[in-house]
Amino acid sequence: MANVKRLLCKALSHSGSIVQAQRCYSSNRRKLVTMIPGDGIGPEISCSVQKIFAAAGAPIDWEEVDVTPVKGADGNFHLPQKVFDSMAVTEVGLKGPLATPVGKGHRSLNLALRKAFNLYANVRPCKSIEGFKTPYEAVDLVTIRENTEGEYSGIEHTIVDGVVQSIKLITEQASMRVAEYAFKYARDNNRNTVVAVHKANIMRMSDGLFLKCCRHVAGQNKDIKFKEMYLDTVCLNMVQDPTQFDVLVMPNLYGDILSDLCAGLIGGLGVTPSGNIGEDGAIFESVHGTAPDIAGKDLANPTALLLSAVMMLRYMNLGDYARRIETAALGVIRDGQILTGDLGGSSTCSQFTDEICRRVESIN
Amino acid sequence: MAASMTSGVRSTTLLLQVLRRGIHQSVSKGVPTAAENVSEPAGRHVVTLVPGDGVGPEMMGSVQEIFKTAGVPVDFEEYFLSEVQSAQSADYETVLESFRKNGAGLKGIISSPHTFKGTELQTLNMKIRRDLDLYANVVLVKSLPGYITRHDNLDFVIIREQTEGEYTALEHESVPGVVESLKIITKAKSKRIAKFAFDYALRHNRNKVTAVHKANIMKLADGLFLKSCEEVAQYYPSIQFETMIIDNCCMQLVSNPHQFDVMVMPNLYGNIIDNLAAGLVGGAGVVPGESYSDDTAIFEQGARHSFATAVGKNIANPTAVLLAGCNMLRHLCLEYHANHIEEAVYKVIKDGKVRTHDMGGYATTAEFTTAIVNSL
Repeated sequence: MANVKRLLCKALSHSGSIVQAQRCYSSNRRKLVTMIPGDGIGPEISCSVQKIFAAAGAPIDWEEVDVTPVKGADGNFHLPQKVFDSMAVTEVGLKGPLATPVGKGHRSLNLALRKAFNLYANVRPCKSIEGFKTPYEAVDLVTIRENTEGEYSGIEHTIVDGVVQSIKLITEQASMRVAEYAFKYARDNNRNTVVAVHKANIMRMSDGLFLKCCRHVAGQNKDIKFKEMYLDTVCLNMVQDPTQFDVLVMPNLYGDILSDLCAGLIGGLGVTPSGNIGEDGAIFESVHGTAPDIAGKDLANPTALLLSAVMMLRYMNLGDYARRIETAALGVIRDGQILTGDLGGSSTCSQFTDEICRRVESIN
Repeated sequence: MAASMTSGVRSTTLLLQVLRRGIHQSVSKGVPTAAENVSEPAGRHVVTLVPGDGVGPEMMGSVQEIFKTAGVPVDFEEYFLSEVQSAQSADYETVLESFRKNGAGLKGIISSPHTFKGTELQTLNMKIRRDLDLYANVVLVKSLPGYITRHDNLDFVIIREQTEGEYTALEHESVPGVVESLKIITKAKSKRIAKFAFDYALRHNRNKVTAVHKANIMKLADGLFLKSCEEVAQYYPSIQFETMIIDNCCMQLVSNPHQFDVMVMPNLYGNIIDNLAAGLVGGAGVVPGESYSDDTAIFEQGARHSFATAVGKNIANPTAVLLAGCNMLRHLCLEYHANHIEEAVYKVIKDGKVRTHDMGGYATTAEFTTAIVNSL
């Protein structure tokens, strides 16, 4: 369905009959991105990102969509059609934090988006931010997590009262796909080692299959070094010396745990960007919460979403804009004069944003 | 249900204590009068010793040397059990029988073969845990005095269920390229480990138990674990109870580990947290652990790595195994010897002159062992 729409839109855009599409393919090659501002502090930090992009002159136009679930004909809640329409055209999205409504069997919206666009790889670069002190220094690694199966297959049942069986599903197709992406990412981002994280000493067949796929792909990518490590060894070494790691690729649950652990090393989710790469597009997002307590007070820290947007620019081959925005943002944090509360300062979100805008204009 | 479990375990503990006392008495009664002048208990204890693979044998050599110097009244029944060197391995059943008979043991790490050849899914470590029903693994995470790490003054305990969960070895390939692995969570075992955790907290004057889970995703399986913990928590009003999602827990551990006291969790999460926490206080070489069934206690390293790359290099750190050995002595009611050796270990580390490579020193395993022997 989404594919048909996309083809249709592409065909239409070539004939120049849609206004948006004209912009996409105009001479200065402006690109359209779907923006999902999200809940809580989402709108503020999205606005901040848009301002900074404008200041940098990034050739991006935003199409804002709301993802509040709507009740469908079957009585279940679904993502609104507009999200699908927009993503079909843009193929790239930027997303703020979403609050999953409590109760009534709502599935997490994040999960729904992941499913809808087949976002199979979650990429989280964790890089120490100069000027924001944590017990760990010089961390620079990337976790790549398989995002569609594994322990999160959602296949569970109670066999008899008091005995529950939960199925972890590992397939060759999904494992190959994420392994291939990991090596591609490593090459595209000038990184030289990929470590496959597994627990094949315990889950010999399932993690064994994952490992086998990684080995196979590694054989085809001899320019990138390949290592395999047990999950527990990685955890042990990670907290002792995180600088020894480069790119890590792993199944779903391990990725969930390790990516948050690594975020902890560099100062938490407020400064960690994240991207979800799929076959039908990619969504970049900040993975922190909606922070309802400070929503609307102009106190939020837009760094995570901004750095996610920087990842997005790189994904769209707009590396030069990415570099300028990143340099400006990290420069402001390093100087430590104008920081939001969570970074140890007392400035507002707008002041922080304006300072980044000011700098980005002066960087070539 | 919980109440009956409570009394069940308590009575077992009581029974064990009575038995142990009984042994002491019968031995001292049976010995001629000359022995009555001896101030230390005259009874000698027999424990099982499985050195394991990797640096295991070197570590156990160090323990035996120190125990001997300190005059610890413990005799080891030693068996080499191995999966990677199966030709030299002792008979599995004999080892099991020895553990059952002695009720206590010191164990190194048994390596698992790297490749799966399509036969047995269960590794030897899993088998031992299951056959002896060693359901509770306790890892004691404590900063060593005088050894600086990123986080100071840590002191918490990780309690892990280790007979079910992800470690069931129930896997199959439904069609080529599609593998299913079953994680089993049962109410009985979840309640048992929760009860163990709360009892542990009570006995060791700790205030808080944190249950670690992923019930937001595995709603039924981890949901059942969480519900069982909540149910058991009601019987312990003096202990504070908290829950935390595993990924957040890992993040908290590296950023603010001081908030933890006793943690309880299913199998795989335990494996992750054990290692992470060991990393916080100095690595696999310094953190002791212990596994309990209702009647057997096995003492080993907290973070279970065989450190095969260091075999024969004389560089491994025996601190973890030594501290585990001390805990074993306490379990055998040899409090005096336990404290004696533990103080010597702490002293050598605190002095900082003789430290192994992993702690930033240059000493060999043998030099470190000698230093402890000298300070006894």
